[in-house]
Amino acid sequence: MVEHTVAATNAIVTLDVPIPQVIWGWMITLNMWAKSIGTGVVLVGAYLLARHGREVGESVKIWMPIISFIFLNIFLLFTLLDLHQPLRMWHIFVYPHWSSAITVGAWMATLFTAIIFVMMLIALRKFVLAHEDRVPRFCRKLAQMEFLNDELYDKLLKVAVVLALPVTMYTATIMGEATARELWQTPTELVQMLLAAILTGSAVYLIIGQKWSYEVKRDLAIMLGVSAFLSFVIYMGEYYFGHMKAEEVAAILSYVKEGPYAAMFWAGQWIAFIIPMALVYFSLRSRSASLLFLAGVLAIVGLYITKHVWLIIPQLLPLS
Amino acid sequence: MKLGFLVDLNLCMGCKGCEVACKVENQVPLYSWRLRVKYVDVGVYPETKRTYTPLRCNHCEDAPCERICPVSALHYLENGIVNIDKERCIGCAGCMMACPYGAIYMDPVTNTADKCTYCAHRVASSMMPACVVACPVEANIFGDLDDPTSHISQYIMRHQKDGGVRVRKPEKNTHPKHFYVGGGEVHLNPLASKREEGYNLFNKITHLDHIGGH
Ligand code: SF4
Ligand code: SF4
Repeated sequence: MVEHTVAATNAIVTLDVPIPQVIWGWMITLNMWAKSIGTGVVLVGAYLLARHGREVGESVKIWMPIISFIFLNIFLLFTLLDLHQPLRMWHIFVYPHWSSAITVGAWMATLFTAIIFVMMLIALRKFVLAHEDRVPRFCRKLAQMEFLNDELYDKLLKVAVVLALPVTMYTATIMGEATARELWQTPTELVQMLLAAILTGSAVYLIIGQKWSYEVKRDLAIMLGVSAFLSFVIYMGEYYFGHMKAEEVAAILSYVKEGPYAAMFWAGQWIAFIIPMALVYFSLRSRSASLLFLAGVLAIVGLYITKHVWLIIPQLLPLS
Repeated sequence: MKLGFLVDLNLCMGCKGCEVACKVENQVPLYSWRLRVKYVDVGVYPETKRTYTPLRCNHCEDAPCERICPVSALHYLENGIVNIDKERCIGCAGCMMACPYGAIYMDPVTNTADKCTYCAHRVASSMMPACVVACPVEANIFGDLDDPTSHISQYIMRHQKDGGVRVRKPEKNTHPKHFYVGGGEVHLNPLASKREEGYNLFNKITHLDHIGGH
């Protein structure tokens, strides 16, 4: 390994002005985190509708598009704010470059958000129809739009579920195309992105579904526990075996082994995965769902920390 | 035609003439560089030596910056130069994340990405890039790699034997069209040298906030 020659050569940089290290910062973390929630509630929501539709169908059909739309907009907003030329965003649609995962992702995410928006309108219309006397007059216009019906919702849901998969995973291909940054390997990151969506999706429903039966919560808890476990195993695989891949990977991992991000890395792992896994385990053993709310909150908060560390550390390595 | 660069590091004396010429020619703003000469000191006093390595865009044949650019602001010219259209750039910094050589910067004046273009505007008028003209020892060699009789092709041929022609990070599979003669790991591999506080000839270098991340 070349870095081991440093002891012999005592080579030390005495003049260099490289570009600043961290180029994609907290806004991109927020972008990935919000996208996981925005897509995760659709994927997990579709499962709930298929498996427990009779019990939770009504509330899932209303809350799924609303929560998804809110988080997709957070994702889109911070994607836009992170651009140095946000007003030129439309260039992606008029000068698309299809080899770029950024382009493909932007198109898919826009389409996905549009579909979720229509689904949200259908959900809101149902609410308006049920409470027509109590909603403001401009909302009643929605009630007159008869094409916004259940039939359309079900059709759009199918498309949304199919689209949610690539929308949640495409950031992994952007990271794969970011060839300057070692550590991010597309296949692993694709799985991590999917697991993040399942983790946050199930966590959101555990938080909002306080009144649901134990059976529904048990299913959600299993989803949360399994996705946390798999995600944790992949991170540990990278942590303990990643250094064998390349010298750069070893140097990057040293930032979380003994370097400045070690504490944050482990905080993320504990909060996002280890504690939620333990809470799921105890709640399944005792057939009690009282711990699951906390597991959900911790998984969502911890995921942000985990994603942030993983985003930053490859950027700390000098490129030239 | 495939334009390429070669720097003979045996000749380079670190005068930074190329760096200054580039800044002037391309009106590169403060805090930004298209081409910079990196100094690395090797050895222990009194047995020390200073190495100099001019670093610029490698105009890779399989350029990750071009691949990731969502709007084709980064694009190939027919002569192989990887050029940039600043009017089209949306400033996503994808290219800065993709270039394994740290060759791209965010221009603080235009808020768009920018980098060495091998002086494409001068090349279009049959002139040499500004850095080539400025180099007092002719360490920078520029020319057509497709033409076996060109100076650069001949130079590469002549130095093949000593195993002396190298590129930066060949394992990245970017196929750089920028070569070095006389360079070792210390010159070309960022992991082969330390970066320690207090050893820089200029310390406390600051960047404008918005050049990099947030
Ligand atoms: S050196 Fe970097 S900026 Fe230049 S062509 Fe290669 S990837 Fe692009
Ligand atoms: S910053 Fe500009 S040149 Fe770089 S990838 Fe984004 S749009 Fe393309």
